[in-house]
Amino acid sequence: MDTIYILWLRELKRYYRSRSRMIGSLGQPILFLVALGFGLGPVFKRAGQGNYFEFLGPGVIGMSILFTAVFTGVQVIWDRQFGFLKETLVAPVTRFQIMLGKTLGGATVATLQGIIVFFLTLIAGFRPVSLVHLPLALVFMFLIALFFTSLGVAIASTLQDMQGFQLIMNFVVQPVFFLSGALFPLNGLPKALAIVASLDPLSYGIDGLRYSFVTVSHYGALTSMLVLLVLTFIVLSIGSFLFSKIEI
Amino acid sequence: MMENNEIISVKNLIKKFGATGHEFAAVDDISFSIQRGEIFAFLGPNGAGKSTTIKMLTTLLLPTSGKILINGFNPTVDQDRVRESFGIVFQDQSLDDELTAYENMEFHGVLYHIENSLRKNRIEELLTFVELWERKNDLVKTFSGGMRRRLEIARGLLHHPKIFFLDEPTLGLDPQTRNHIWSYIQDLNEKEQITIFFTTHYMEEADRVADRIAVIDHGKIIRQGTSETLKQETKTTSLEDAFLQLTGHEIRDEEGGAMERMRMRRRMWHR
Repeated sequence: MDTIYILWLRELKRYYRSRSRMIGSLGQPILFLVALGFGLGPVFKRAGQGNYFEFLGPGVIGMSILFTAVFTGVQVIWDRQFGFLKETLVAPVTRFQIMLGKTLGGATVATLQGIIVFFLTLIAGFRPVSLVHLPLALVFMFLIALFFTSLGVAIASTLQDMQGFQLIMNFVVQPVFFLSGALFPLNGLPKALAIVASLDPLSYGIDGLRYSFVTVSHYGALTSMLVLLVLTFIVLSIGSFLFSKIEI
Repeated sequence: MMENNEIISVKNLIKKFGATGHEFAAVDDISFSIQRGEIFAFLGPNGAGKSTTIKMLTTLLLPTSGKILINGFNPTVDQDRVRESFGIVFQDQSLDDELTAYENMEFHGVLYHIENSLRKNRIEELLTFVELWERKNDLVKTFSGGMRRRLEIARGLLHHPKIFFLDEPTLGLDPQTRNHIWSYIQDLNEKEQITIFFTTHYMEEADRVADRIAVIDHGKIIRQGTSETLKQETKTTSLEDAFLQLTGHEIRDEEGGAMERMRMRRRMWHR
């Protein structure tokens, strides 16, 4: 327990101390809110879909969690590069504890980032229907964070250096984001895109957030929750397996 | 617990890398033993098999065959007992830059299950010992190379190890700092009877501090003994000459793997 706690705490301290990174990573959500929110908002309204901010808010929150989570997960490569990983690997603790502490820490950081972005969306004009489901929203935020941090750790465990990082961003993170229904409604999509979106874990996360904030859902909150739980469990298992195979 | 005073015992240790048929023995059937309280230098040119051996001794790598006992425990079986028995300073620094000196120590203490109140005292004692107590709340990224090394030494000692592995502990440090670091290590060896296992490319250091020296090349131990016997056997007057005679004058280029490239890049950033 102590081991998991101290690794978790380390992630939080690092997050808190790199405030420039924290602020820098708010740039992208702000850009999406401003450019898409104000840019596409009128079209969205004319199409009879209502207030675009209500739609976009959960999407942008999900996006910021996705990026932060993958980024903190992938920091395993940094730990390896800067030697710190060795310090943990020769300690009398299991690799599973190390992996879990790190993943929980990263997921907490990503959730905090999601909460900060939630406040930003409020400023931009996002108005949740009610705050009754706020705890549920937090659960969904944490599940998205946990899934993608584990995914980041799993991928990072197989990479030798930072060269692969850009590849992950281009071929995993960006598609996951753009195909998730963060920016467009999932109903009435062309069949192929609907299928792709339904294979995207983030779709369920954002759908769950949308339900929690504006009580609109495509898959149903329960389905989304179950899908995310199962996927998180699977990727966490794969991640801990791959992490246990790291050779220094 | 043990019938003799051997704290490290290595017999017929082999480590092969690569696919079957194209195997390459990085460590090729080596045997040696180290007595409790000894200062043991493990010398060899780049790529001789030093790091691979240390990784096997410290549970980071499984041997292909052979037997290792560390403080009476087998690293492949009693991994945690072995890990509790040694402290290590790696060749590349392994501190968290974003944490303070104290936090780095505390992190280590928790991973090694040292109880809270004991941990506090021990951290103070060790940070004072390496003269970093005043800087305990500063982030490690503000530390010089020598200060980082001292902190790593303090950290490696936190859990009262019986053996201290030091992989090129003085690499890239100025002579003053190197002297300083060796004086800490010798001090420890005398006061706490810690067994020291170290590697270095500075022959005069090995000559000065090591009780016994093993020279490894191409994965094999080619000579072991005291500095004096090595010099006598090679009919040379300095350990450096003895070393060059044993291992030849050719320059060794270590195969640059991905990790190596990363280290190079990192060193460049730090300049």
